[in-house]
Amino acid sequence: MAEAHNTIAGEHHGSLLGYSIGFVLSAILTAIPFALVINGTAPRAVILLGIFAAAVVQILVHLHYFLHMDRSSSQRWNLMTFLFTFVVMVIFIGGSLWIMLDLHSRMMG
Amino acid sequence: MTPQVQAIDAALVAAHEHHDVRDTQAFGFWLYILSDLILFSSLFATFAVQMRSFAGGPTGKDLFDLRYVAVETLLLLLSSASYGVAMLALQEGRSARVIRWLGITFLLGLGFILMEVHEFYGLVVAGHGPNHSGFLSAYFTLVGTHGTHVTFGLIWMLAMMFQVGLKGLSKPVEGRLLRLSVFWHFLDIVWIGVFSVVYLLGVM
Repeated sequence: MAEAHNTIAGEHHGSLLGYSIGFVLSAILTAIPFALVINGTAPRAVILLGIFAAAVVQILVHLHYFLHMDRSSSQRWNLMTFLFTFVVMVIFIGGSLWIMLDLHSRMMG
Repeated sequence: MTPQVQAIDAALVAAHEHHDVRDTQAFGFWLYILSDLILFSSLFATFAVQMRSFAGGPTGKDLFDLRYVAVETLLLLLSSASYGVAMLALQEGRSARVIRWLGITFLLGLGFILMEVHEFYGLVVAGHGPNHSGFLSAYFTLVGTHGTHVTFGLIWMLAMMFQVGLKGLSKPVEGRLLRLSVFWHFLDIVWIGVFSVVYLLGVM
């Protein structure tokens, strides 16, 4: 049947080229932060930014090349639920850190 | 309607329902993955709060060898890519090739988990077990939970190699292979967060 599929990593699992591109990009995006930290000569802010930027981009690379997520209508609910989970995660982790660091500075500061 | 037309109709309906079931299963599994992501969020939040609570004990800089972690990361990344190749073989309907690439993926994942167990063992033997400090408790819980997931993924993968061998690439087997692929890639994504937050931030 030629109709659209709702599956993540559904009927069209990409191609060898796609997986190769995903692997090479991921390897590069892993090597950059590891090299930054092992080398250790860059300013602290640059290393921090490098770690987080590389991680975010690599996660997007994995979602695109390995999990084949896109914005097509067949994947709407996969994407919507993922975005909702992302919001929950931000509130969860950000909120915990906010509360605990604030408490820390009030108790110890 | 003639009996023939009725039979064709029934076949179409069955095919459609079958398709719906697989979509529903895939979406249900996706929801499980997302709830698992919430579980990992809570462990990441705990680690972030505890990551400076050394209780006079060792810090990440004293304990972690980034070259070791880089090799672990490479093994897991290679296993993600090799699972992709297994999925391409599934698309072509070549079951022997599917089993072979699942086997390669399994060995890469096994290598990752053995390296992790070895690292944990070294820490505990050196007296830096999870009971030593808040930092180490959070570290063992977060990294250990990820490792447990990978272990269950390996068991699942082994089962699928047998299923493909015994049952061939039937529709249910194909659905399970698709869901395992989502699980496996998801674990690699969680590992990106682990090596960034736990190891890289811990050592810098």
